[in-house]
Amino acid sequence: MDFSFTIYIVLIPLFAFLVNGLLGDKIKDSVSGNLATFALGISTLLSYFTAYHYFLNVGKVDDIYEPITAFNTTWVNFTDKLHIDLGVLIDPISVMMLVVITTVSLLVHIYSLGYMKGDEGFTKFFSFLSLFTFSMLGLVVATNIFQMYMFWELVGVSSYLLIGYYYTKPSAVAASKKAFIVTRFADLGFLIGILFLSYTTGTFDFITINENASAFAQAAPLGFMGLSALTWALILIFIGGAGKSAMFPLHIWLPDAMEGPTPVSALIHAATMVVAGVYLVARLFPIFSAVDPIALEIVAIVGGLSSLFAAIIACTQIDIKRVLAFSTMSQIGYMMLALGVSGMGAEGTGFMASMFHLFTHAMFKALLFLGAGSIIHAVHSNNLTDMGNLRKYMPITHITFLIACLAIAGVPPFSGFFSKDEILVAAMAHNPIYFWIEWLVAGLTAFYMFRLYFGIFWGNKKEHIYAHESPFSMTLPLILLAIGAAFAGFIPFNEFVTSDGGLLHIHIHWDIALPSIAVGLVGILIAFIFYKKESKWPSRMENSVGSLYTYAYNKFYVDEIYMFITKKIIFKRFSTPIAWFDRNVVDASMDGIAKVINYCANKIKGIQSGQLQDYVTAMLVSVIALVFIIIYFTI
Amino acid sequence: MIEGISIYQIITVSTIMFFVGAYGFISRKNLITMLMAIELMLNAVNINFVAFNKYLHPENMQGHFYSLFIIAIAAAEAAVAIAIIINLYRNLHSIDVEDVNKMKH
Repeated sequence: MDFSFTIYIVLIPLFAFLVNGLLGDKIKDSVSGNLATFALGISTLLSYFTAYHYFLNVGKVDDIYEPITAFNTTWVNFTDKLHIDLGVLIDPISVMMLVVITTVSLLVHIYSLGYMKGDEGFTKFFSFLSLFTFSMLGLVVATNIFQMYMFWELVGVSSYLLIGYYYTKPSAVAASKKAFIVTRFADLGFLIGILFLSYTTGTFDFITINENASAFAQAAPLGFMGLSALTWALILIFIGGAGKSAMFPLHIWLPDAMEGPTPVSALIHAATMVVAGVYLVARLFPIFSAVDPIALEIVAIVGGLSSLFAAIIACTQIDIKRVLAFSTMSQIGYMMLALGVSGMGAEGTGFMASMFHLFTHAMFKALLFLGAGSIIHAVHSNNLTDMGNLRKYMPITHITFLIACLAIAGVPPFSGFFSKDEILVAAMAHNPIYFWIEWLVAGLTAFYMFRLYFGIFWGNKKEHIYAHESPFSMTLPLILLAIGAAFAGFIPFNEFVTSDGGLLHIHIHWDIALPSIAVGLVGILIAFIFYKKESKWPSRMENSVGSLYTYAYNKFYVDEIYMFITKKIIFKRFSTPIAWFDRNVVDASMDGIAKVINYCANKIKGIQSGQLQDYVTAMLVSVIALVFIIIYFTI
Repeated sequence: MIEGISIYQIITVSTIMFFVGAYGFISRKNLITMLMAIELMLNAVNINFVAFNKYLHPENMQGHFYSLFIIAIAAAEAAVAIAIIINLYRNLHSIDVEDVNKMKH
């Protein structure tokens, strides 16, 4: 079967972006919104079609899902060996990502039709959404790492545009700048990693790199500190991935990114863009597992640390979108850890679990964000303290939010349980320490999610006379995503998405599942006691842990540490003297030359009197003088 | 070749004419007078052309033709110059060269 039509999955959103972006104010809001949504609907159908044919009909060759290059064209041709291609690569993870991105993006488009209604920049918003979807789709189908890097930057730009969508708000502008600068800083590592990788392997192409992974790993020259150049390349590439995926310590942009409109947070900062880092590691997984194990160990450590760190902070935050942002960071930490503890082939439980969790997480986290958007739409506040007792007013939001909370808390049979269980199995097989960390995080996750749930929908007896259920365009995506969040766990991922494309035999390990269910239920129970009704427990708890609460509430002062390093050390000790040198030495010497010339010109400009006869006299005298000089020197 | 007159005498006349013209150009303030001084200088040059042609290369005619061209061009130039002077007079009500000083720094 010919998969070349898949290029249209990517190009249709680009078309929608161009139409909406170029026509701008000239078309009506309803037209632009429907156009973008309709375009994405076609992309979604095409990706479902692709997934159906790839997974069920033609993808399998000898029981293994082979990668297919559906479309390829040379974009920039430098030499025979060095050329940059653009194309579409079809393999299990890219097809899965196509389905995730188009589904979530389509639902977010529908949701935005209601959420952004009447907003001044409606057309602009939809054109940015289309741009983002185009870039993200281009990223996942990239055939080579350079194409991925280009689209990687494009998603960074569209994220910047959308975070700063409310550009009249200074905090939104600052947040968008922060997100762009932090991720761009991390992408520097990615770029250097690409250069190392392509230098040692001699190609950008993913299929070539992955198929000859072990050969490349053995042939790679020794680099620095006992690790080969290839290992360093992958560690540097992982820095880029960690920046995009908001891993510690490059996570500081993600909570601030919540300044953007809520549908954007659901699409970009929960379901798709922030998992790009996970996708990057998964895409290069064969070579990651072929090089020195330290590379994957770093992935696992960063993932585990981030998940624990973010989960603790999430327990203390009041802004519901920030809680969800830290929750996202924590869940992505899970995925990273699962990749880090995984091996190839039969040991690839972690890889499968990571992709599985990416899939289920996209569903329930997009649902949580859209639900939060619905709540914010009704209450006009982001703060947990302004909410409570909303279940009567917003029944659909209530039920769907509850499903998402159960899914993320890992309660069976909701989707989060299955994927989280696989991650815990993989962590246990690799190193029990990781298992216990993630076990603790599972409990914290259940606690903070139900803290939100009880705080929003139950809690103290505040009456919200103005609160009402959102319009149908907003509740429809909630219902669809709730169905996904509830049942996505039954998809047999071990058959479809594995590290080597073959079938992976898994079953539920009850010895691991039971403790994780137990800790989840304990977390829910504690949240129930604390927040179901107003009680003294939360404040008593805060006092008993003392400074830990303060630290967590202030996000462990990571932002302040960055501020200290940049402002007090870099700006003050380096930038200020350099700026002084530039202004007083480099610029001043140029200014000095200009001043001297100006002074001389002022002094001699009186010669130009405007009197014709003066000029003629001067000319005549000069000619005569020249004649005498020439005669003197020639004779 | 003209009997009894050497080339030096002719060149002396043309040199005197040229410097009379130059002096007039510098010392007179009236633009018409200055134009006449320019004509004087041009005709001094014409005399030189004809004289050198006649005394040094009598078999050729270039010098004569050059002076004819110069006379034609001098006529055109005089027309342009007088047009400029008339325009100046209309704008400034003066043909004194010292009043024409708009083009300085």
